[in-house]
This record gives sequence, structure tokens and C-alpha cells, in this order.
Amino acid sequence: MSKRLESMLEWVDARFPLTSTWKYHLAEYYAPKNFNFWYYFGSLAMLVLVNQLLTGIFLTMNYKPDASMAFASVEYIMRDVDFGWLIRYMHSTGASMFFVVVYLHMFRGMMYGSYRKPRELLWLIGMGIFFILMMLAFTGYILPWGQMSYWGAQVIVSMVGAIPVIGQTLSNWILGDFMLSDAALNRFFAYHVVTLPVLLVTLVFVHIVALHEVGSNNPDGIEIKKNKDPVTHIPVDGIPFHPYYTVKDIFGVVGFLIVFCGIIFFAPEMGGYFLEYNNFVPANTLQTPDHIAPVWYFTPYYSMLRAVTVNFLWVDAKLWGIVLMGGSVAIFALLPWLDRSPVKSIRYKGPYFKIALTLFVISVFVLGWLGTKSPTPLYTLLAQIFTVIYFAFFVLMPWYSKIDKTKPEPTRVKE
Amino acid sequence: MADIDKKKEMNSRRRFLITATSIAGSIASAAVATPFVLSMMPSERAKAAGAPVEVDISKLEPGMLLLVEWRGKVVWILDRTPEMLATLKKLDDQVVDPKSEKPQQPPYAQNETRSIKPAILVAEGVCTHLGCSPVFRKDVAPADLGPDWLGGFFCPCHGSKFDLAGRVYKHLPAPTNLVVPPHIYLSDTMLLIGSDRKESA
Repeated sequence: MSKRLESMLEWVDARFPLTSTWKYHLAEYYAPKNFNFWYYFGSLAMLVLVNQLLTGIFLTMNYKPDASMAFASVEYIMRDVDFGWLIRYMHSTGASMFFVVVYLHMFRGMMYGSYRKPRELLWLIGMGIFFILMMLAFTGYILPWGQMSYWGAQVIVSMVGAIPVIGQTLSNWILGDFMLSDAALNRFFAYHVVTLPVLLVTLVFVHIVALHEVGSNNPDGIEIKKNKDPVTHIPVDGIPFHPYYTVKDIFGVVGFLIVFCGIIFFAPEMGGYFLEYNNFVPANTLQTPDHIAPVWYFTPYYSMLRAVTVNFLWVDAKLWGIVLMGGSVAIFALLPWLDRSPVKSIRYKGPYFKIALTLFVISVFVLGWLGTKSPTPLYTLLAQIFTVIYFAFFVLMPWYSKIDKTKPEPTRVKE
Repeated sequence: MADIDKKKEMNSRRRFLITATSIAGSIASAAVATPFVLSMMPSERAKAAGAPVEVDISKLEPGMLLLVEWRGKVVWILDRTPEMLATLKKLDDQVVDPKSEKPQQPPYAQNETRSIKPAILVAEGVCTHLGCSPVFRKDVAPADLGPDWLGGFFCPCHGSKFDLAGRVYKHLPAPTNLVVPPHIYLSDTMLLIGSDRKESA
């Protein structure tokens, strides 16, 4: 570095912790040296976040949050704005890919026990991010004001109305009207472009601060901080995040972008899974489309919502469905306290956990698939069976994780 | 000794001031938040937009469904044929609330057909589960709804079924019968939806 640059850096460092922050979070942040494929998805989620923020800003320049103009303004972006189609497809594909990478990121945490002590709070912050992300997806899907936007929102908002006593008032407060209308579209736009992104960026920041405080977990699920070099106090199994993992993550980014661009240019609707065909029809308040289903990332929860068909304990089936759906998301937050296994990683866990996790993944996929289908008695029965399996994974965990035959953890990470 | 007493006194004074300031601050925050929270309730314009609607049903033919918009919701007017009305009795043990005991209709529609005139059903086309609009399926025993289907309304969102009087079938997500809105016949063919007093027309 030239003398001049060096003295400039000194000037800044005397006024702002620039070099020390760079060292703390990148150059001297020691991450376990055995990260594998599953460790790409955190940084990829950040990449998608940046994509959503950038493309989102450009979309607001032409979008109109008005029930009478919204649909047409989206078509205007698609047809008349130069490269509007590209920016919108980057945003809509980004929304789905956000869930792809976040689901894989969460699955990684479940496999390697990343939610266990001392990372419980890190996991909870992540759950907060997941919740905000779902809110963003929901409010964003309303904006084009197509048939799926309208009726999807109608279903979700009606859930609020089902809350005993205060439901109706709360629903009016959320909608700003007695039914879903322009007032709701206008305010959901405000949430989608201001409130929720600010919350999301803040939580992502806090997530990383918490991660760098406790240090990263790894596929072996052992703490590298327990084994430090006596002289340098650097974990012997750690390597500096920069340049080792920044370079690794760039490799992941390239792979991701190949898939991402492939979708944008060749299959932006993804056969109706990323952008549903019914949403190319303007909202019609008098008629629900013959077949409605949420976007793929919400279908497992949607299946559970409609799986409950019997009243139970003075509460009717409708409210149970809503409770189950909320519970299916919220129950992830309890994982750190449900897992009683003496080891963290699936590598050293026994057959019970492996079977349970496999059944859980299968049930998520089956419920997700059922959520895209019209309900029939057979499908409803399947949804009920797999809802039970889904919840059994969590509810029975304190028991099966305790009696499982685990292997001893190594003291050093494997190469 | 005197110093310690003074310190104790200072501490309790300080604690009192901190508590008082916190309480005052919380009250002020709540007061400032109130107008923002209330600004999100339905506006005066939204409140004014709930007027009743008049519908001419002279062109409604037997078996035909008419859609009317009232308060942003769809209201169905169905002229049921004698065959359609005959299906209602057969379904009494398959529906949740065969006698319409839950207050989902005005008293004058709490009868076997859930209507003022036996043939004409007036009901909100809003599923009591989560607000989708069910589809009118008058075909008997279609492939997708099974051989026992006698005609009625099927909600495509979550699979709830209603008979031709808007009564919900058992063991499905929707908990209650479809809502019958307040309505009155101004003449033989003029229907007022949204009010049951002639003077509101």
C-alpha cells in the first residue's frame, strides 16, 4: 500500500473502526476449515437479498399501488419499459430462489445441529428473518392485483377474522376497509417496500453479529474454539473467512447465477410454480378461480391449513387449521430445546434421528405437492397423515433424540 | 453516617424520578402512537360505501344464478327449481346445521329453504372458511365431487361444500352455513339487498 493510502486509512481508523471491523468480521474471523456444499446458502441468501433490494427499487419507479392501475402498471413494466421484463423477472425469480436458499440453509442447520447451544439465539434471529421473509412474499404477491393476488390475500386476511372476539376489528384495521380493497393494496405496498425490508436488513445484520460472536458451526458439530493454538489463540481447525471462504462463496455465487439466469431467461414462470397462471388475470372480486393454490413455498403450510376437518375441544376445525398452520412454522423456534442428543451433527447421531429427519423431509415434500392440488377426500386424508408426521418430528424429538444410539464426536474436525 | 443517609436519600429520589420519567414517557409514546394506529382503521369514505342495492329479478329463470355486488362482496340470487328444493330434505343429516340454528341469517330466513320465498335463495357467496367464493355446481353426481352430489356450491380453495340452501356439509373446513344478508322484496320482482326495511331503498 502506498504511503498516502496508508495515512488516509490511519486517518479514518482514528475516527471509525474500519480496519478492526474488517479484521473482526472477515480477515481474522476464523471459520471451521471443513465447510462443505451446504455452507453456500447463507451467503447466497445475502446475494438474493441484494438482488431483491436493487430490482425492487427499480420496480417501484413504474409500479402504481392503486387497485384500478396496479395490474396494468405491471403489464406496462413487462411490455413498455426498457428491460422492465428483466428487472421484474429478476425480482419474481429472486423471491422463489430466496425461499430455495433459505430452506436449504435451514435444512443445513437441522442436519448439523447448528441450532444447539450456544447458537440458540442465532437460530431464533434466523426464525425472525424467515417470518419477515414470509410477510414480504405475501405482501409482494398481492401487488400485481391479479386473481391469485386477490384471492390469496382474501384467504390469509380471513384467518385474522377467525380470531375469537377481536378478529373482525383487527381485520378491519389491517385492511383499512370492511373488505379487501384499494386501501389494503396501498398499505401492503408500504409494508412491502419500506417497513419489511428495513426490518429484514436489520435482522440479517443482527444474525451475522450473533454468528460472529459465537462462531460458525460445522459438519462435525464440534466447537473449534475448544482447541486453540496456545501461542496465537487462533482455533487450530479455523481458517480466516477472507480469503478462504470469500473465494469459496464466489464459486457458489457463479454456480447459483447460472441456475438463476437459466430460470429468468428460459422459465420465469417455472410451469406456474413461480408465477401462477391465474395471476395473469386481473383481480375479480366476484369470482374465485376454479383452482387456487399458493406459490410453491407456502404449499406445505397451506395443506396443513385445510387438513383439519373435525371440531375438537370446543374449537372449530377452521381455527384449528389456522393454529396448525401457524404452529408448523413457529415450532422450528423450539428446536434448540427439543433436541436432547449428546451430539450435534447428523454424522454422529443414531438411526432414529436419521429416520425422523428423512420422514420429515418426505412429509414436507408431500404436503407441498398436495398444496398445489385441488382437495379430494384421498388428498385430504394424505394431508392429515403427513401433517401428523410433520409434527411428530418435533414433538417426539426430546424422546427419540435421547435414546438414540450416537457415535462419539471426534476432537478435531475431519478434512 | 450523615453522608450515607444522604446517599440513600439521593438513591430513592433518583429511583422515583426514573420511574416517574419512564411512566410519563410511556404514556406520551402511547398518546403519539394512537393517531397512527387509528389512521389505519376504515376511513370515513370506506364507512359511507355500504349502501343497500336494488336488484331486478324479473329475468331470473329457474335454475339460474345471479351475481350482485354489495359492500364489495358477491351476493348470490338463485332461483331454485322444485327438483333442487327436493334435494334439501335428503341432506338434513349430512349438513352441520340443518335447521339453521346458528345466527347466519335474519330470523325471516331461518326456515327449511333459508329464504323468504321458498324458491329464491339470497346468500353471500363468501365461504365461511376463509372468504373464497364457492363455485355453483348444479350438475348432479359429477366425476370430481362424487356420486352423492345433488348440486350445490363447492369451494375450490379448501374443499368445503354447501347445499342449495347454503348449508355446509359436515367434516369440511368451513364451520357454518353461508350468510344470508338482510334483504326484502320491494315488489314481486324487485329485491333490496343490504337492508330489510323498505324505507332504505
